[in-house]
Amino acid sequence: MSGAPVLELRGVTKAFGERQVLRGVDLTVREHEAVALIGASGSGKSTLLRCVDLLEDIDDGDVFLDGEVITDPSVQTVAVRRRLGLVFQAYNLFPHMTALQNVVLGEMRAHGVSRREAEERGRELLRRFGLAGREDERPDNLSGGQQQRVAIARAFSGRPRALLLDEVTSALDPELVGEVLDAVRDLKTAGMTMVIATHEMSFAREVADEVAFLHDGRIVERGAPERVLSSPQREETKRFLSRLLEAGRA
Amino acid sequence: MSDSAVISDRRLEREAARRRQSRRGQAIAATSTVVVLGGLAAWILTSPGWPAVRETFFSWSVFKESFPDVLSGFWLDVKLFVIVEVAVLLAGLVVALVRTSRAPALFPVRMLGTVFVDLFRGIPTILLVYLIGFGIPALQLTGLPTDPVVLGGIALGLSYSAYVAEVYRAGIGSIHRGQRDAALAVGLTEPQAMRHVILPQAVRRVAPPLLNDFVALQKDVALVSILGPQEAFRIAQIIQGENFNYTPLIAAAILYLAVTVPLARVVDRIGGGPEGAVR
Repeated sequence: MSGAPVLELRGVTKAFGERQVLRGVDLTVREHEAVALIGASGSGKSTLLRCVDLLEDIDDGDVFLDGEVITDPSVQTVAVRRRLGLVFQAYNLFPHMTALQNVVLGEMRAHGVSRREAEERGRELLRRFGLAGREDERPDNLSGGQQQRVAIARAFSGRPRALLLDEVTSALDPELVGEVLDAVRDLKTAGMTMVIATHEMSFAREVADEVAFLHDGRIVERGAPERVLSSPQREETKRFLSRLLEAGRA
Repeated sequence: MSDSAVISDRRLEREAARRRQSRRGQAIAATSTVVVLGGLAAWILTSPGWPAVRETFFSWSVFKESFPDVLSGFWLDVKLFVIVEVAVLLAGLVVALVRTSRAPALFPVRMLGTVFVDLFRGIPTILLVYLIGFGIPALQLTGLPTDPVVLGGIALGLSYSAYVAEVYRAGIGSIHRGQRDAALAVGLTEPQAMRHVILPQAVRRVAPPLLNDFVALQKDVALVSILGPQEAFRIAQIIQGENFNYTPLIAAAILYLAVTVPLARVVDRIGGGPEGAVR
């Protein structure tokens, strides 16, 4: 990959009380690159993404966004979050707002875009993700797949430098997974820089430029999807992938 | 064909059974109502004191005579209720926001909020009315209100603000933290997340308990009478004292009910529906 690094993690550690979740994570994500973050449940994928979006304070190490350190206590967290987008496993849409209002809230309040302009772009984004006609529905009235696509539009609306996707299909019924993956594919085609925590190995293989395997708080193996997923070098990776295979997920 | 005929027979059978059941239910409800209410009525109406009670509590002529006066006093209750309620909704919200904020700079204010709630929720409302209603004027400080209606209103406001603050706080605490995360993730500041995401959901969720406190406040307005203002209960008491007849109190009770019962139905409507209905 030749682009400049957008996100760079160096020696990131994070503990919740006694539980050491991240033990020194190093990761580089270059411009227009999609990195699939794989690993067992509880391996710290979500925590890693939350640390990058500054929803959690890291203990040691540093995270850089476009070469600037963002994990320094003097950095304005709000300004950093405005340059990143995060999509949650459980969608976390605002239930008291319509789909469109969900998408434009950040635009209007965080980015100071006028309502007219934000709504115009919000409609366009919803249309792009196959939600034309659903703009005025509340999340309650949308399927899981539709909700997650609204959430993706919401995260994307602030024109982030990078999108962080936290197992965005894990809460979905199997038949709804495809439509959400289509939305992610669309973003990849548009050149979005992404970190995709996922359990969908075939999707990782297809969309990611690189796969990183998180195990025991560290990235123990990384490389081209084909290499990591088909001929893993490390014992831990082999074991993880064979367990997935048994479960019919790979 | 025969299949559908079989199903249809079963269905008819079921519907008939359901109708029988519902008829039996209605019959039981009607009988028990007649027995309970009739028994209660008979018990009271045949009590040795009933003729006297009917004369002193339910005298139609006294009712007719006193009702306009009691009603004119009741407007003061209504006015006081509306003004205090609005103040309580605002003050309670401010106290709740202060208590839930995490800003280190707000620590002293946060502590004050806790003291405020502990103090005013912990003292009986009637005692607060006394202490503020008689204590503040006794200070003889210029600039402080001396009107008993205002002082009584302040006492009620303090007491209910403390309750309502806790209702709001419970509502804020009940909103899943994922909502805050999502609000911050789209770039909102903490106060913006509170205002646009958490508070609107929290207020909707606590609307029924808030309305419940509305009803309670509506009644407690009568406590202001101990400071002397001529509100419904006070006027009823005066008339009762003049002619040794309690009927004016019944008139006052009816007036309170005329406001609290509709309010209670509103509470039922809002509290009874699914959460999605509270919009």
